[in-house]
Amino acid sequence: MQTKTAKFMLPALALAASTAFAAGQPIIGLITKTDTNPYFVKMKEGATAEAAKLGAKLLTAAGRIDGDNAGQVTAIENMVAAGAKTILITPSDAKAIVPSIKKAEAQGVMFIALDSPTEPMNAVNALFATNNYHAGELIGEYAKAAMAGKPAKIAMMDLFPGNPVGAQRHNGFMKGFGMKAAGPESNELSTNPAIVCSADSYGDQAKGQTGMENCLQKDPDINLVYTINEPAAAGAYQALKAAGKEKGVLIVSIDGGCHGVENVKAGVIAATSQQYPLKMAAMGVEAGVNYAKTGKKVAGYTDTGVNLITDKPLPGVSSKDTQYGMDMCWGNK
Amino acid sequence: MSITKPSWLPPVATLGPLIALLLAVIFFATQSDRFLSVQNFSLILQQVMVVGLIAIGQTLIILTAGIDLACGAVMALGGIVMTKLAVDSGMNAYLAIVCGLLVCMAFGLVNGLLVTRIRLPSFIVTLGTLNIAFAFTQLYSGAQTITGLPPAMTFFGNTFRLGNAEINYGSLLMLALYLFMWWGLRETQPGRHVYAVGNNPEATRLTGIATDRVLLGVYVTAGLFYGIASLLSVARTGVGDPNAGQTENLSAITAVVLGGTSLFGGRGMILGSLLGALIVGVFRNGLTLMGVASVYQVLITGILVILAVTTDQLSHKGAH
Amino acid sequence: MDTPNQTPALVMEARGLVKRYGQVTALDGSDFELRAGEIMAVIGDNGAGKSSLIKALSGATIPDEGEIRLDGKVIHFKSPIDARREGIETVYQDLAVAPAMTIAENLFMGREIIKTGWLSQLLRVVDKKQMLEQSIARMNELKVGIRSMTQAVETLSGGQRQCVAVARSAAFARHVVILDEPTAALGVKEGNMVLELIRRVRDKGLPVILISHNMPHVFEVADRIHVARLGKRAALLNPKKISMSDTVAVMTGAMSPQDIPAECLAH
Repeated sequence: MQTKTAKFMLPALALAASTAFAAGQPIIGLITKTDTNPYFVKMKEGATAEAAKLGAKLLTAAGRIDGDNAGQVTAIENMVAAGAKTILITPSDAKAIVPSIKKAEAQGVMFIALDSPTEPMNAVNALFATNNYHAGELIGEYAKAAMAGKPAKIAMMDLFPGNPVGAQRHNGFMKGFGMKAAGPESNELSTNPAIVCSADSYGDQAKGQTGMENCLQKDPDINLVYTINEPAAAGAYQALKAAGKEKGVLIVSIDGGCHGVENVKAGVIAATSQQYPLKMAAMGVEAGVNYAKTGKKVAGYTDTGVNLITDKPLPGVSSKDTQYGMDMCWGNK
Repeated sequence: MSITKPSWLPPVATLGPLIALLLAVIFFATQSDRFLSVQNFSLILQQVMVVGLIAIGQTLIILTAGIDLACGAVMALGGIVMTKLAVDSGMNAYLAIVCGLLVCMAFGLVNGLLVTRIRLPSFIVTLGTLNIAFAFTQLYSGAQTITGLPPAMTFFGNTFRLGNAEINYGSLLMLALYLFMWWGLRETQPGRHVYAVGNNPEATRLTGIATDRVLLGVYVTAGLFYGIASLLSVARTGVGDPNAGQTENLSAITAVVLGGTSLFGGRGMILGSLLGALIVGVFRNGLTLMGVASVYQVLITGILVILAVTTDQLSHKGAH
Repeated sequence: MDTPNQTPALVMEARGLVKRYGQVTALDGSDFELRAGEIMAVIGDNGAGKSSLIKALSGATIPDEGEIRLDGKVIHFKSPIDARREGIETVYQDLAVAPAMTIAENLFMGREIIKTGWLSQLLRVVDKKQMLEQSIARMNELKVGIRSMTQAVETLSGGQRQCVAVARSAAFARHVVILDEPTAALGVKEGNMVLELIRRVRDKGLPVILISHNMPHVFEVADRIHVARLGKRAALLNPKKISMSDTVAVMTGAMSPQDIPAECLAH
């Protein structure tokens, strides 16, 4: 369906581009993984606002689902044809998108990866991201401190196999907790005897709930739950509540969406690592406008930052409270 | 192949899934001592209740040799409609639920009209309504989850104690609806007409049965079941989730196929779809208890689907 | 039934039927008659107007001109359902059975017996026991030798399935049974089985209109033969007097109706 939409987009884009060319407006494209994850919705909002502020024309597109590489390839082609000189992209498939990027770069287009890198990282000019591994480490450190020496029985609500974001957050958490784990370049999920159960949540609340229920069935003494994102955490909480275990089990998560921060405030999630999609997108648009005006490309990796949000701070682990979290959160308040 | 058997015995195609389910249960019971318990089975029942309910509607449509690719998307829309109306518009919870059901039934009506009046294949029609329902869901919800639901909406997620197990109201509703539909399809005139239309639509028309009305009824009824499924989904997760139902489109079809209902129409027992849903749920639960990676669950589901369709084909080779 | 003093009543009669499809005139003033207790075979070459005639009589098409009478009363069928209501049952070439369903269910398809009682009536609960009993009774009446009414139709042979279709029409017809090519695609033995059944239907008191290309079968069971040619009725023949080859000649136009010897004509 995305391909069909993209085909209709082409004449529309061309028209938009020609008007923009007439006005000398910088044309910037934003391609997200999907249009439905509030994370990317917020990214689009940030980019749109910044583009309006700087007088640039923003073209947007997305894949159909997380992992839809073909949809993103088509979007790149259409945007280049429409005259975009800078494309911001959150790659669905870090490796598979590279040939399309290279082809467009040969035509003078600047690429900035947002949120997660391509593989290899230097396939794009610059990366404005949040370090998913570091985000994992933060909640791992927090969890370690919160467990206060008690033996941990951990359940991992992961994304799905083979996804780099899922692997980085998972392994980062383990590292932060003090377990041996693979580094940020790995796509494999490390294991440890303290992890008594893993389930794939697909970042979805209902599947997170099912996964947690089955894990609790496997080991009712689970006392710490790592979740790939806040919807999965909400699902895990539902399962714990149904089993009457919500008080004694610690849930940690990543994302920093407004709903998620509310859940931290409500005590559903003990701590979450907050990332800043809006900032990433705004920075990307700014870089694009700069490139159009001065011909200077950005380079390298810029970490847009991550903060641990919790209302129960622990010594040795720096964090911010939920008030800060709510101010900076993305999604509908 | 000529089989004369007592009419109460399930068709060969349904015995297959029953045996497969029993074998799976026995296998997992040997692999984990946490598998074989009333509590665990109650859990599995809860985990399949949404797909199970959707599969009732899907079974009706597949019995008429149609298919509904939009079932999960329509369910998600129903869920968003009822939760958003109750939470954001302050509508009475029961009224909001009815609105959600009506929206799902409206989609069923549209599907049915396109199939019967314009004579479009259901595959194509529901491919279109899949995208439309999905878009409506995203637009109406603003891609945001809806929380803070009134207790009336989460009722079916609640459980009651029976011995040392927690039984969930939603799964009881699912079982009750399955039994009712099983009876209805076997013993009532409209039920028999559904089978007749699926088995030989032209013959059925020539005997004076209003086949278009039967089909329309099937699609609208399926919509109703998707609506009930959305209520169960909302009750189970406690939120209105705009991203719900995306995998349910195919998993409902999988449940129906695994349950032995023929994609060619006119054959199959609706209880089979319940078995199909349970098979998937049992594997998911059992493999997690065993610590096996979930990708194997996907692999096994694929193999089972091929086995189920092959069995269906072979058992009717003589007749076709 | 050709005793000269006593001609049985006309069950069905048609005069001057005209049907046009665009430029093509399928029926050009065709007549038709059917007496009580007889098997009337309708034969004709392709394009002779045979199927248009049958469609008009069974309610599948509405003639542009002409009149159809049933038991002397003028009738206007708007659909096959109307014809059914008047007691005319048609067995189509494609059989109209649902193979996966049982014989009993097929016999009663569209006319299922609903159980008594307000709840059963509301939910339209089917009375399977009654339907089974009546199916057995009907099939025994017609001496159709199928053992179990609860077996699926697809388990039957071609001839047996045809018998089920014919028996269904005989069971519900009150006035006329129309059979469209009932023995086509059947072997010798099976074809004879069906012909036997057709005779029994007539003996039960139901007149039968039989459309067929199979001359030997026509000559075996028909009491009279209606020859359709060029959208009209070319002749009404007596199979006991006329030869098969002469009949074919009339059908193809090789023999003109004027040349038919008087004794070969049926009255």
